[in-house]
Order: sequence, then structure tokens, then C-alpha cells
Amino acid sequence: MSDAMLRLVNVDKYYGPLDHGVAAVKNINLEVEKGEIIALLGSSGCGKTSTLRMVAGFEAVSRGKVFLSGREVQNLPPVKRNVAMAFEGYSLYPTVTVRDNIAFALKAARLPESEVTKRVAEVSEMLEITSILDRFPSSISGGQQQRASLARALIRDADLHLLDEPMGQLEPQLRTLLRGRIKYYIKERGLTAILVTHDQTEANALADRIAVMEGGVLQQYASPEEIKERPANLFTGTFVGEPPMNVFPASVTAAGGKLHIDLRGDTRGDLRAGLDLIYAESDFAQPVRERMLGKRDVVIGVRPYAVHRAAQGAAAQVVANQWLGDQSHIAASFAGKSIVLVEHDRAVLSEGETIAVEIRPNDLHVFDAETGMAMSHGQELA
Amino acid sequence: MLTTSPIERILRGLAITLVCLFFMFPIVWIFLMSFQTNETILRIPPSVVFAPTLDNYQALITGKLETAAGMLEINFMRNLGNSLFLSATSVAIGLLLGVPAAYAFARLKFKGSEDIAFTLLSFRFAPPLLVLLPLTIYFQQLGLANTYGGLIWVYQLIVLPLILWIVRGYFEDIPADIEYAYRIAGHDFWSTFRRIALPLAGPGIAAAGLLSFIFAWNNFVFALVLASADKQPVTVGALAFVTASGIQYGQVAAGIVLSIAPTFALALYAQRYLVEGLSLGAVKG
Ligand SMILES: Nc1ncnc2c1ncn2[C@@H]1O[C@H](COP(=O)(O)OP(=O)(O)O)[C@@H](O)[C@H]1O
Ligand SMILES: [Mg+2]
Repeated sequence: MSDAMLRLVNVDKYYGPLDHGVAAVKNINLEVEKGEIIALLGSSGCGKTSTLRMVAGFEAVSRGKVFLSGREVQNLPPVKRNVAMAFEGYSLYPTVTVRDNIAFALKAARLPESEVTKRVAEVSEMLEITSILDRFPSSISGGQQQRASLARALIRDADLHLLDEPMGQLEPQLRTLLRGRIKYYIKERGLTAILVTHDQTEANALADRIAVMEGGVLQQYASPEEIKERPANLFTGTFVGEPPMNVFPASVTAAGGKLHIDLRGDTRGDLRAGLDLIYAESDFAQPVRERMLGKRDVVIGVRPYAVHRAAQGAAAQVVANQWLGDQSHIAASFAGKSIVLVEHDRAVLSEGETIAVEIRPNDLHVFDAETGMAMSHGQELA
Repeated sequence: MLTTSPIERILRGLAITLVCLFFMFPIVWIFLMSFQTNETILRIPPSVVFAPTLDNYQALITGKLETAAGMLEINFMRNLGNSLFLSATSVAIGLLLGVPAAYAFARLKFKGSEDIAFTLLSFRFAPPLLVLLPLTIYFQQLGLANTYGGLIWVYQLIVLPLILWIVRGYFEDIPADIEYAYRIAGHDFWSTFRRIALPLAGPGIAAAGLLSFIFAWNNFVFALVLASADKQPVTVGALAFVTASGIQYGQVAAGIVLSIAPTFALALYAQRYLVEGLSLGAVKG
């Protein structure tokens, strides 16, 4: 048995009857090590909050086991689990001041007054809420309530801190500032935290590992770099990364020392023609090549920043060209679909212009069209 | 503040005056009656001009009723005390039982909880007369007839459903996560109920308590059948004024004034809570 702080083993969550109700979480396995920050990343309704609430003990685990510091806890009441939580809806106690809201748990744990005061000062300074400590929750803004709720969770010495979209209400500058501070605060104290978010920038900035969820299923659980470079499936590939990965259904054939990756157009019946990307067989490592040829239907993915303009290459027509101040996003129609390129300089291109694009073999992500599972990333097998 | 035209204001004032007159007139009339003798009350044509007398009140308080047929002993002050005791105790017990039950119905969705809650409410639908006969027989067999305990028990039929339903709505309006936040910070279910749920539902509980007090106070039929003179509340005790030699209107009026005074005062004092409590409990936020 590992000494993970949190371990979810084959956890299911059904609202309503088992196997027939709403399946919010399906067979999740997850481990969080002590001192680690992990992010639960996924779109709205994918089961992030349900997962957290099962760990906290507010929702019953329909099936499976939850271990906290080695103890099996899925049947224990919340009070016995020693976790702290910042709620999606803040849920401050309306009858007491922000200060008392934050200090409540410490006072209940009978910490000395001076220690409580010191900690409240620390955490509220970090979250920029010192000036509203003596106000009541109903008289402060949503963003302030959210930070008060976050402070109430972070101030505690819990085994595990569950933070459900803790920065959703904050303006971008503040969010960026607090992100760094919160990470420092958590790491400095050696806390373990699960951050729920639908914002991948936040997940990338804060988390040691990211658990990508969709439809109640854990899609991938890995470091931010790993998820970027080696997405486990088509969903993670297209969900993580901004702008999203370009994907094209394709079939791969070999002939005369060449490898043809035939990008099919978007339309069946083929009015808009697809496009044949031709590589030398030697461009790909043998195992990758074999795996590609072993499947009839694949999906090719390539990140926008890995699509380059070149003197020679496949033709694409510019549809839009946007300068964002630090990078250009160029959208072009390509292989009967559209492709997005990112360049770091201001691109001088006008609509309708034809450009030649080059996609290097090392930048190709290949997915199984049937299952969506990754087959290879560049020269490596997935 | 919305601005209103003068005409609108005058019309509105007129309407309010009319409504007040309509509802207040009987009370004012009874108030005036309570300071008159039977002769002045019954003279024709009636008039609001009279020499006020405190005889009626004096008779009630001393318990000596002078009638044409002679002196009559009545027990009005005792009845008033009974009313106070029965209503207050019933509400206290109703709150003690009803509030935790309401919390359970609001928070623990167990099998059949909806049915049980509805059954309790349905006690309010049945006409009291329907249950009176069997109740009387059982009470006599159990030795509960004509005891305070028995009456208070029966009064629970009145106060408990009311408290349960008003307070339950109130508990349901408290976001569950506020309580979860408290529980996860190291408190058990029971202390969460006491420290978070109770204070937040406070206005609703106060409203339910007041309303059920008034309902209990106004109850007539249970007490009429189940209690004899020394345990009867004012609502029943007032019957004593219907004597062999006629109805003592002056004393009846004074009795009414004395018996509505406590609930009236309570309602006035707690008006704010009542309105707030009842409307907040009913309208989901
Ligand atoms: N109390 C509930 N009863 C029934 N269905 C629920 C309940 N809570 C959440 N769900 C459903 O479970 C799914 C996952 O919800 P949730 O965990 O809140 O997602 P997320 O936090 O990722 O947005 C959604 O389809 C949602 O509608
Ligand atoms: Mg959520």
C-alpha cells in the first residue's frame, strides 16, 4: 500500500439509484501524494464537484473506496475526515463577520488566541481581504466572499485542502497575482490540495499534476507538460492547449519509401478535396510507422504553434489573421477543414492569400479514430 | 421610493381607512361595550354616549357576577390563567418536538419522510369534532380527561403541524453547504444544528411559535369537551356569561377584551417577525 494522502479506488457516483441514476463520476482512480497540488480540470458538469464532495463526505460514494492518509473513509462523516474545503458557492456563515468565518475552525480546535490572530492576519493579507475582515458576508462582493471562503479553507491544518473553483469570481489581474501567492502559501506549509477548475491556465500555473475529466471519466492524470506533449487521447489533446490542437481524420499508406498521410476532407462524397501529406518513411521511427500503418483510420493532431509557414509545403488559404499583441493567430482552410497557426511575430497576410504550411513529423500526434486513444507522439509510441 | 400622485395617495388612504374600519369596528365596539352596563348596551336607539363604568372588569377580576337573579360565582381569572398556561406550555413542547423534527424532515431525506410530514399536516385538515368523540372516550379510560397534561397533548394537534411545516420550509432555505462548511471544520451534526441551523432559522421559529400560540389560545372545541371548569381556557369560560337570567353583554365584552389582549399585544410586538418569518419561509430564495 502506498502512503498517498488521498487514494480513490474505482469510485462511482450516481445521483439516484445505483446504475440507473445520473452517473456523475465513473470508475475514477486517483492518487494524490502528500505535499502535492493537483488540479481537477474539465468542462462544466463533468463531475469535478461531485468528486470533491465525495472526498469531503457530503455525498455518499456509490461504489468504490476512498482512502485518506491510509484510512478508509468513505463511510465516515465529514467531521472525522480532517479535510478543509472552499465551496463553489462560498457558503460563508451569514451571522458572523468575515474574520470569525475565517477563524471559526481554529477557535473550535482551541488554538491560542494569539496564534489565531496571527494566522488570520497572514492569510487575509495574502488574499487581500484585510480591509473587510470586520464586515458581514452579505455586505461584501462576490469576489470578496470567494476569497473569504478560500481563506477559511487555507487557514486550517487539514490533511487535504479541497478548493472548488476558488478563483472563478476574481478579475484577471487579481487572479494572476493570487495564483502565485496561493501556490507559495500551500507549498511553504507543505499542504496537500486539490484544485477544481475549468481554466487550464490556472491548472497549469498551480498544479503539479492535472487530472483531466470529461463525462465523469478521468481522461488523463499527469504533469502539465506531459499532458501538453503526450495527450492520452483525442479529448485531452483538443481540450488542453490554447488555441486547441488541429485535428484531421486521415488514413496512412506506404509506397515507394514514402509514407502518405491522406487527410480526408471534412465532407463525405468529397467535394472539397482532402490533402496528401507525404513524408519519407525514414522520417518516422520504425515502431511508430508500423503502428500507424496497422490502423486503417487514424486522426492526426498538430498543435497550432507546430504548424509552420514554409517556402514549400501543403497549400492553405488564409481565412483570418489576428494579432493579439504578442502572437498572431492565423486561421486557414486546409485539407477541406480549417487549420490554425500561431506565430510569435506579427504576420503580414491578408484574407484569401495562399500560404504553404509545413508540419514536421516530430510534431504529429496520431490517435486511433475508433477509440480516440493516442497511438504516437512524434517519434514515440504513446 | 416610487413617487405617487396626490390622487393616488388620497385614494389609497381612503381604502386603508375603509379596511381598518371594517376590521376594527367590532373590536372597538366591544371595547366600548365593556365599559357599559347591560341597560346602556341594550337601549334603543344605540348610542356611543354613555357614562363609563369599570363594574364589568371588577366583576371579572373579583369573580363575583351580579345578575338580576342574584350573585353568581365565576372563574374568569382562573380561565385566563389556564389559557396562558395551556398555550404557552403547548407551544414550548411543540417547539421542543417540532423544531428538531422539522430539521430532520428538511435535511434527512429518508424513505417515506414526505408521507410522514404530510400525514402530520393532514391533522390540520380534519375537523376537530371528528376526533372528539373517540378522543373523549380514550381520555376517560386513560385518566387523561380533565387534566392539563391531556389538554396539552391534544393541543399538539394544533401547534405541532404548524410549527413543523413553517420551520421546515425555513430550514430548507438555508443552503446545505453552509452547514457542511461547519461540519467539515470539525463539528458534528448536532452542534451544526444548534450553532448554524437554529440561529439562521430563528425568525421562522419565532413566527411559528407566535402563530401556534395564537391558534392554541383561540382553540375552543377541544377544551370545551375535554376540560371541566377549573381547567378551562377563556374561550370556553366565556360561556359562563350566558346565564339563566340573560346574557351579560357588558361582562362578555370585558371578557373578550381581556382574552384578546395578550394575543393582540403579542401580535403587535412581533408583527415584524411574523411577516418576515412567514414570507421568508414560504418564498424560496
Ligand atoms: N445533487 C445532484 N443531483 C442530481 N444530479 C446532480 C447533482 N449534483 C450534480 N449532478 C449532476 O452530476 C453531474 C456532475 O456535476 P458536478 O460534479 O457538479 O460537475 P462539475 O463540478 O464538474 O461542474 C452533472 O451532470 C450534474 O447535473
Ligand atoms: Mg462544479
